[in-house]
Amino acid sequence: MGAHAEPSSGLSRWLYTTNHKDIGALYMWFSFAMFILGGAFAMVIRAELFQPGMQLIDPNFYNQMTTLHGLVMVFGAIMPAFVGLANWLIPVMIGAPDMALPRMNNLSFWLLPPTFLLLVSTLFMEGGAPGFGWTAYAPLSTTYAPPSVTFFIFAIHVMGASSIMGSINIIATIMNMRAPGMDYMKMPMFVWTWLITAFLLVAVMPVLAGAVTMMLMDIHFNTSFFSAAGGGDPVLYQHIFWFFGHPEVYIIILPAFGVISEIIPTFSRKPLFGYSSMVYATAAIAFMSFIVWAHHMYTVGMPIAGELFFMYATMLIAVPTGVKVFNWVTTMWRGSLSFETPMLFAIGFLVLFTIGGFSGLMLSIAPADFQYHDTYFVVAHFHYVMVAGAVFSITAGIYYWLPKMSGRMYNETMGKVHFWVSFVGFNITFFPQHFVGLAGMPRRVPDYALQFADFNMMSSIGAFIYGMSQVLFLYNVVATVVAGKLDNREKTWDGANGLEWTIPTPAPYHTFETPPKVVHNAVQ
Amino acid sequence: MQFSRNPVTDTSIKLFLFTCVMGASVFFVMIPLYNVLCDALGINGKTSGVAYTAMTTEVDTGREIQVQFITQNNSDMPWEFDPSTTIVRVNPGALNDTYFIAKNITDQHMIGQAVPSVSPSRAAEYFHKTECFCFESQPLDANSSVEMPLRFIIDKDLPNDIKTVTLSYTLFDITER
Repeated sequence: MGAHAEPSSGLSRWLYTTNHKDIGALYMWFSFAMFILGGAFAMVIRAELFQPGMQLIDPNFYNQMTTLHGLVMVFGAIMPAFVGLANWLIPVMIGAPDMALPRMNNLSFWLLPPTFLLLVSTLFMEGGAPGFGWTAYAPLSTTYAPPSVTFFIFAIHVMGASSIMGSINIIATIMNMRAPGMDYMKMPMFVWTWLITAFLLVAVMPVLAGAVTMMLMDIHFNTSFFSAAGGGDPVLYQHIFWFFGHPEVYIIILPAFGVISEIIPTFSRKPLFGYSSMVYATAAIAFMSFIVWAHHMYTVGMPIAGELFFMYATMLIAVPTGVKVFNWVTTMWRGSLSFETPMLFAIGFLVLFTIGGFSGLMLSIAPADFQYHDTYFVVAHFHYVMVAGAVFSITAGIYYWLPKMSGRMYNETMGKVHFWVSFVGFNITFFPQHFVGLAGMPRRVPDYALQFADFNMMSSIGAFIYGMSQVLFLYNVVATVVAGKLDNREKTWDGANGLEWTIPTPAPYHTFETPPKVVHNAVQ
Repeated sequence: MQFSRNPVTDTSIKLFLFTCVMGASVFFVMIPLYNVLCDALGINGKTSGVAYTAMTTEVDTGREIQVQFITQNNSDMPWEFDPSTTIVRVNPGALNDTYFIAKNITDQHMIGQAVPSVSPSRAAEYFHKTECFCFESQPLDANSSVEMPLRFIIDKDLPNDIKTVTLSYTLFDITER
């Protein structure tokens, strides 16, 4: 390796780095910064909703908060966190020296910070930030949009380009750089879920880019893609958006499935139950994600045949998802369980994600959805799958691999406190939202009827608790990296399997410069 | 197909081309497909945007369909826009005439565009317009009004359970500014 053997020092190390571990770390730190920012927006929302009536902010700003909260959390926090884990872990899990396209890897990360600067800067522009929701439905996002919508569009374009580059890199790495003997059906589940996720990303990010390009043209170049007056159709926007948007929610959750599939076997001290069925279930979920998009828009006036098709197709996704949940539970069955922080978060994921899955099934019922549509029930549902699903699994993953990454052990007690405060805070926040939603409270409103006051106050208190618990997480991670107890065991967790646990701890800057001989089998 | 001898480059090129195809498909596949499906299935209550070339069909005198006309203005379109009659009873297969009245109450020359929608949406594909002001935009001088003709046939294949069909027009301001 010669000149590339050791990292250069100072800022240039991070700016010019092509090392997958450096870039993975950058992604994860960036994502945590965005998580804090998106969380701050959520705190503003919950503070306004603490009591009925208009208290703190005006309705326009409220709408900007919900919009930016959604965009920052989805595109800035959750997706980059998983890309960071992928960057750091996939090469060491498959025995590759680095990602396949290291320079493109650098570019795809460094596109992100300016992009989010662009997006968040709209808050300070005349007319304010976009306030049309992260879904950006036309004509709210075209005819009635603030001038800053153009910045939103460019931000989506650039973050899409970044995601596509990241995904091409991941696919190219997994398909071409596996160590000899690392067959596809021996790959760790995390690698499998990311392979499938990356395919989803390259398929649908261009669709989103197309949709926002049409918005751009409608706004600035007098086209009428989404304008009925010129022969276009605003409903077309919803179809295109959700053709992207539904696979997008699986892009968010599939890597989470991967992380959980690594952690549960470790702390059950048993191999993952039903490895191949996990792979097939993941592929089935990914395939079906392309044929269910219109369940987000049952109320636009589809023909009954369309409603039925999308309803049954959506319900069908519960089958492979159920297979996965069954396999995780069965992995734990009669295992020698221990409950370190990663396992707590994984079990929390399992319970809460399943609740989110059930409310998803309720929403999939077309006739019932006319009642639930655009209520807080939907908000409760997708926070159960996105926060308790994706965010819990990211947290679990960070605790799980942090000792390997840093060579230091995090504070277990603080980790457990973080889990319990998060778990309780999360449920206080979002469980009551099921009730107010079923009772008819619409989403994206800065004020609400008096009958919802108590549950909303509970939600807000829960949100503040959950928000504060993330500060504990940040402190724990920083304290570990800076001054945690040194721990140089190769296998931090005695039940862990996989190539990443065969390299020294902390992981050296370069690993697997000569491919390992794969004796490990992901199934065992 | 192989683009490069380096397998990593080869995979990357294929994936890049795939993203380009997906991006282009939004414009060149999804939109035409959506329009074709909407036309074919009458989704969204969209009626055909071109004139129906009337064939002499026999009139089904056995049943009468109630046809209602509704008009509305999009957002801040200032014209007055009304149907001449709000309800007619017609026989399927028969050719019917009616007209709508638009009045530009502003002091400026403006151009309007009416966009039709049929409810229930299942009826859209049986609502044939042989002549409609909605096929073209409607310029109107300041403070003038116009009678805009509509000539339509309700297809005699209209499902029997549909007794009432509502034709709604939304008038948009498409004046170039």
